[in-house]
Amino acid sequence: MTDVMLDARPKAAGAIAGAGLPEKITLRNLRFYYGDHLALKTINLPLYDHRVTAFIGPSGCGKSTLLRVMNRMYDLYPKQRAEGEVLLDGENILSPKQDLNLLRARVGMVFQKPTPFPMTIYDNIAFGIKLYENLSKSEMDGRVEKALRGAALWNEVKDKLNANGMSLSGGQQQRLCIARTVAIKPEVILFDEPCSALDPISTAKIEELIDELKAQYTIAIVTHNMQQASRVSDYTAFMYLGELIEFGETENMFMSPTQKRTQDYITGRFG
Amino acid sequence: MIVNGYSRRKTRNAVMMGLCWAAAIFGLSWLLLILGALVWNGIAGLNLSVFTEVTPGPNSEGGLKNAIVGSLILTGLGVAIGTPIGMLAGTYMAEYGRHSRITNYIRFVNDILLSAPSIIIGLFIYQVVVVPMSNFSALAGALALAVIVIPVVVRTTEDMLLLVPLPLREAAAALGLPRSHVLLKVSYRAARAGLITGVLLAVARASGETAPLLFTALSSQFFSLDLFKPMASLPVIINNFAGKGYANWQQLAWTGALLITLSVLTLSIAARILSAQRTQK
Repeated sequence: MTDVMLDARPKAAGAIAGAGLPEKITLRNLRFYYGDHLALKTINLPLYDHRVTAFIGPSGCGKSTLLRVMNRMYDLYPKQRAEGEVLLDGENILSPKQDLNLLRARVGMVFQKPTPFPMTIYDNIAFGIKLYENLSKSEMDGRVEKALRGAALWNEVKDKLNANGMSLSGGQQQRLCIARTVAIKPEVILFDEPCSALDPISTAKIEELIDELKAQYTIAIVTHNMQQASRVSDYTAFMYLGELIEFGETENMFMSPTQKRTQDYITGRFG
Repeated sequence: MIVNGYSRRKTRNAVMMGLCWAAAIFGLSWLLLILGALVWNGIAGLNLSVFTEVTPGPNSEGGLKNAIVGSLILTGLGVAIGTPIGMLAGTYMAEYGRHSRITNYIRFVNDILLSAPSIIIGLFIYQVVVVPMSNFSALAGALALAVIVIPVVVRTTEDMLLLVPLPLREAAAALGLPRSHVLLKVSYRAARAGLITGVLLAVARASGETAPLLFTALSSQFFSLDLFKPMASLPVIINNFAGKGYANWQQLAWTGALLITLSVLTLSIAARILSAQRTQK
């Protein structure tokens, strides 16, 4: 692991953070293209198991693109392609042999805007589970409840499970989406600016939730909010113009960044 | 000075507003006149025998039973044939071929078909169905109506599916859903009201068409359920009866016109209510 880190362009803040921790996902020489445009320039990076890694950087720096490589969401669109390796538990998911649906069941994603499906709250959760498991009604009820509890939403919706998912507030919708994601028992959850459409109270709830979720999942979160990155993450990666500038323990990164650009961004001098 | 400019602007606004109102009233008054004449003349002949007796000869008693049933069969069959084809094509364009060049060609051709004079569609079916089978038939009429229905359904299906937000599709894919599931369980569901509206509009369009039926289903004086024989329909009966000098035929034409208008109106209102529900969400 350390070899990869030392070869990589980014400098680790302080000692090499997290050395010795198992890597859930490892990016090796990852390059990403939108058509001819090179959007990610040779990224090397680990996502440590059961840790939260935040991606920060100005708009257009490639944070979201990076996230969308890890569940191969980009595959939905023609002319987008990735080179290099993305290892999930040591296996390269960029391989053409990778089953995309299985990959996405293992690597879940929560989006910027809440995206409840046009169906009941119950079905929003049960829907995904049904794809992979054949459960009886009572087992399914249990799973739905567990997922909603896991997303700190159960108490608010337990009396209206048959209401349309669209009828919830924005913050509730986002927690419904998180519940839906955890319901199918993924190993990694990718959050793409999950709070940018939410008010501060809903944001606080989601952040609390992320903190609890890391006990069971490996988490990556893209955020524009520096405070949020420092609050929720164990590791932070700073990206700029498609490059990974710096990666390290969040605390070190925010207290004593080694790169001037990181410092400038964190202190609000640009971006 | 500011006050001066303001009052001038107010006057201008009032004049423009007045012109807009006048134009709206002018346009709508024709519609009201037509509807009024239709109701006035149509309702006079509306009685039970309209629904229980077949079309009569000149100056004798009769109704529109064969034409009403014929219209239901022709429209129903046309929509039943055209809707799946149109839906599948629209689905391909919006979901699978969104970025491909062939979709642009299909859309272009479809738009032409959408505005093609319907008599040409009638002639086309005459050539490819009626001539080889060497007789007019309800089946040919239904096929002609299906050709009318297809472009309408293709258009609305594509439009409605394109309105389904990409993040919703991505969210479904992110759960590991196969593409078919994303389509059936999420995209169609999200676009459901719009898709139904499209079909209702297609039904409304097909039920009022005369020209495609003239050389296909032709018409018939008899009550018939045989798809391989000519079949009467309300628009064609109106076409045949309205211009002739017999009072009873003219009366039946008015009544038939009223029936078509009422059913199209009902369908349009249903479509409006459905699409209103969609926008509320």
